[in-house]
Amino acid sequence: MNPETLEASPEALAARVPDGAMVALPPDNSLPSVALAKALIRRGARGLRLLGVPVSGFATDILIGAGCVAEVQTSAVSLGEAGFAPRFTAALKEGRITVRDATCPAIHTMLQAAEKGVPFMPLRGLIGSDILANRPDWRVIDNPFAGGGDPVVLLPALSPDFALIHAAMADREGNVWLGRRRECATIAHAAKATFVTVERLHDGNLLEDERLAPGTISATYISGIALAPRGAQPVALLDEYGVDAGFIAEYARAARTEEGFQAWLARHVTEQHEEALA
Amino acid sequence: MSGPEIKPEERLAATLARLILDPAAPPARHIAVGAASPIPAAACWLVKKSGHPVRLSLLHKRSGNPFTEGSRELFDLTGQGRIDLFFLGGGQIDGQANINLIGTGEWPGTGARFPGSFGSAFMYMMTPRTILFREEHSPRVLVEKVDNISAPGLSAPGVFRRGTAQALVTGRAVFRFDPARGRFALESAHPGEDVASIRAATGFDYDEPAHLPATPDPTPEQLALLRGPVRDEMIETYPEFCARVFGAAEKKDAAA
Repeated sequence: MNPETLEASPEALAARVPDGAMVALPPDNSLPSVALAKALIRRGARGLRLLGVPVSGFATDILIGAGCVAEVQTSAVSLGEAGFAPRFTAALKEGRITVRDATCPAIHTMLQAAEKGVPFMPLRGLIGSDILANRPDWRVIDNPFAGGGDPVVLLPALSPDFALIHAAMADREGNVWLGRRRECATIAHAAKATFVTVERLHDGNLLEDERLAPGTISATYISGIALAPRGAQPVALLDEYGVDAGFIAEYARAARTEEGFQAWLARHVTEQHEEALA
Repeated sequence: MSGPEIKPEERLAATLARLILDPAAPPARHIAVGAASPIPAAACWLVKKSGHPVRLSLLHKRSGNPFTEGSRELFDLTGQGRIDLFFLGGGQIDGQANINLIGTGEWPGTGARFPGSFGSAFMYMMTPRTILFREEHSPRVLVEKVDNISAPGLSAPGVFRRGTAQALVTGRAVFRFDPARGRFALESAHPGEDVASIRAATGFDYDEPAHLPATPDPTPEQLALLRGPVRDEMIETYPEFCARVFGAAEKKDAAA
């Protein structure tokens, strides 16, 4: 591994994410790095522009609640069975964040354009939706390959500054393995830098194992790795651990108020870490 | 009937299953079910466990999830026309089958903010048919005109779309949607409802039959499937729903 790739901790990776950066996160069922979100909160990050690929969940809500976020571009923000995301909703109401609503396949398509290095890609649907009406950066053209009269939406390539992912393992070459969650590869391909927290290090080269290689993102795309056991919690990691629905429901209740959220944050993000370091 | 009484969720699942199998609608060979949709998921399993060959892609099933490229793959499949049926809901649904998952008031939901549009702006237009499903049937949900359109029920001539709403199923009634007229027609009311109660709970105008049928009960065979094999398929993804609707866990062999 490039000696700069493996960092000592999620805090060291978070220190490399500057204020104001555009940060892409997968949704709760697709391996967001909650460990890195917590490290960003502890470092006091400000002005982050979050991108939900294609929707946002727990990590986004705690980052918003902690005041780290200026803008969210996403197709939905939800805590799943625990309901609406309370800090997102409060921040939107109070005008503390800018929300750029999208629709799931549009976010995938903008990243796929970036991954291909083309300036834009077309996508069907969307015409007649107010999402399109509120996105001056999305255009409608007449399909040049049809005989006319076939409007189609064009979406610009989108290259986030950082993608933050939690994976099962990394090898010493800097490759990371995340099983069937290969959609994370598109985020990594499109992002300028990808930081990955992992449960453990793998002996041997993931790309030399025919059964592991398809679930591996090549080190080509990975700029930083740190060990963070249980780093996706409270959301799930593949078949390794499930979602902690009780924990998320408790969060959703606590975060209904600013005071409740701050108490939750102190208990689960700030103080917990100080205790671990002590 | 000897077993426990029919739960509203069981009737809704059987109702959705009947709509899925509607011979007049385009065939449902591959159905995708999105997040937080236990009743549509139960309906799909009921269709499958009734012996109909259908491929189900349940996006939130942790084990046996069919996709190796996440939801991106779902949207690519749908873009090609390979998903036949999808379910959508809405914080608001209006009389022209527009859905609003954004929020009320000015953009982006300065009144009550909903979670967001998910893939609706694409799925509604690229799927040959959509069943709209929302348990709450009230004037605040079923409105004359949605405040914000996440996904339109109808499109201007020339705009590519494969289909639109087949029906709207709520906790009170079933409506059919006629895209040519851009209008719903009341098809049946669930037990305890009548013409007047549905009219009072619905914020948009719709057609009404001279005689309003009751939404049928699930058959004993359907109930046995729902409470046995369907429940077994759903317990991992929707444990709370299964406990509430189908009762406490039984041994599989006892249910068989």
